[in-house]
Amino acid sequence: MNKNSMIEIKNVNKMYQDLTALENVNLNINQGEFIALVGMSGGGKSTLLRLIAGLEKPTSGSITVGEDNSRSIMRMMFQEDRLLPWMNVLDNLSFGSKDKNTKAHAKELLDLVELGDYADHFPNQLSGGQKQRIALARALMTNPKVLLLDEPLGALDALTRRKMQDLILDVCQKQHLTTILVTHDVDEAARMADRIVVMKESTNYYEEDCPKNRNAGQIGIVADRVLNEILGEKEIQKQTA
Amino acid sequence: MQDSLTIARKKRKFVLPVTKLLPFLLPIILILFWQVSSTLGWLSSSVLPSPLAVLQDGIKLTQSGELPKNLSISLYRATVGLLIGGGVGFILGFINGMSKTCRLLFDSSIQMFRNIPHLALIPLIILWLGINESAKISLVAIGTMFPVYINTFHGISSVDPDLIEMGKSYELSKSQMFFKIIFPAALPQILVGIRYALGVMWTTLIVAETISASSGIGYMANNAEDFMDMETVILCIVVYAILGKISDLVAKSFESLLLEWQTTGRSNV
Repeated sequence: MNKNSMIEIKNVNKMYQDLTALENVNLNINQGEFIALVGMSGGGKSTLLRLIAGLEKPTSGSITVGEDNSRSIMRMMFQEDRLLPWMNVLDNLSFGSKDKNTKAHAKELLDLVELGDYADHFPNQLSGGQKQRIALARALMTNPKVLLLDEPLGALDALTRRKMQDLILDVCQKQHLTTILVTHDVDEAARMADRIVVMKESTNYYEEDCPKNRNAGQIGIVADRVLNEILGEKEIQKQTA
Repeated sequence: MQDSLTIARKKRKFVLPVTKLLPFLLPIILILFWQVSSTLGWLSSSVLPSPLAVLQDGIKLTQSGELPKNLSISLYRATVGLLIGGGVGFILGFINGMSKTCRLLFDSSIQMFRNIPHLALIPLIILWLGINESAKISLVAIGTMFPVYINTFHGISSVDPDLIEMGKSYELSKSQMFFKIIFPAALPQILVGIRYALGVMWTTLIVAETISASSGIGYMANNAEDFMDMETVILCIVVYAILGKISDLVAKSFESLLLEWQTTGRSNV
């Protein structure tokens, strides 16, 4: 594992009985890097993320996280908010934390996601976007070094989605988080990530480095190139014809 | 605008007591109709004594101490039976809900026993335990065990797997996983089981006390029947109805206390 590396994935294979979910995946993710995993459904994006999170084990190969290979430096945000409906917002934030100053830290994070006035609310009193903000705040509670995002914005409307993208980018940059985002949305990947990894037929077969401080035009170019790789040029031409 | 607001407030003030009183309307009408029918002689007192006569009988039995004594014995049997049956049902539901091995080992047999009407066990219980307290408490315990078991088991085994996975991603220990995720998630279903068990508890006790007892409300009714004392028979039935209603109210209060999050509105959004 090199000095700058935070996550190292080596020759990873994952089988579900006869089904190959991942085949010979190799990927190196540096500290503070924002990676987007994109690709068609069934390409193995979410499976790879779950393996990195330690929720499942690879059939073969190795995944090393940080110097100690400890999963406690990672937190995951899911497509559904997965807030506990019987706990208010403040308790939802503090439930996974062992820190004594949990409540104060939780309030700071609520302010960060601009929901400081909602500490006493229950999840069923919040909108979808608010719930995802709370889920983001909860993921940040233990000061993780790695943030795993499994399509967390998939169910949000366009405006809320854009706001959440900005919020996540802002938080990741400020806290220098290593981030892996799984998404179906190529534009989202092109807007947010430093590097886009395309997963196809159970392996990572294409990578695209995104320019820093990109403008809308550059985002469009990157998104088109990635889409080309996912669908194939012929398919794109067919769709545009 | 101000006027319409005042009218709306006045309307709300007027509507609230009506909604609270509405559930009592039908019983009050029925009792009044019953009383009028008895007063006018449409109902013979040997068939159905008037509510007033039943009330007078209740006062007389309370003053003599007979009603409080039998009531407390019935309450004791019901409470102890529910605690034992509910406790065993909860433990079995918990272990079968949490462990696949225990589920495979026990659930099929429990389901087989559950399908035996527990009141059919009365002759066997009398032969084994006689007609003392343990017999009646055992019957109540058997009757209340299954609703609590089924609902605890179902509640625990149907906890949203996404929440469990979230707990795993937070590296919760087994006990943290149970107390912070599984138990609160299963609680609404467990409370449904307890509420249902309360109904079964009274039904079982009535039958047990009627068939084999020398005290309790059921015994009082049975004894009154021997003396053709219709007022006391009706009084006992009314007491059971009131006890059932009180139990249900207690269960409902627990639900609103423990499941506050379910009823919290979305008005703040």
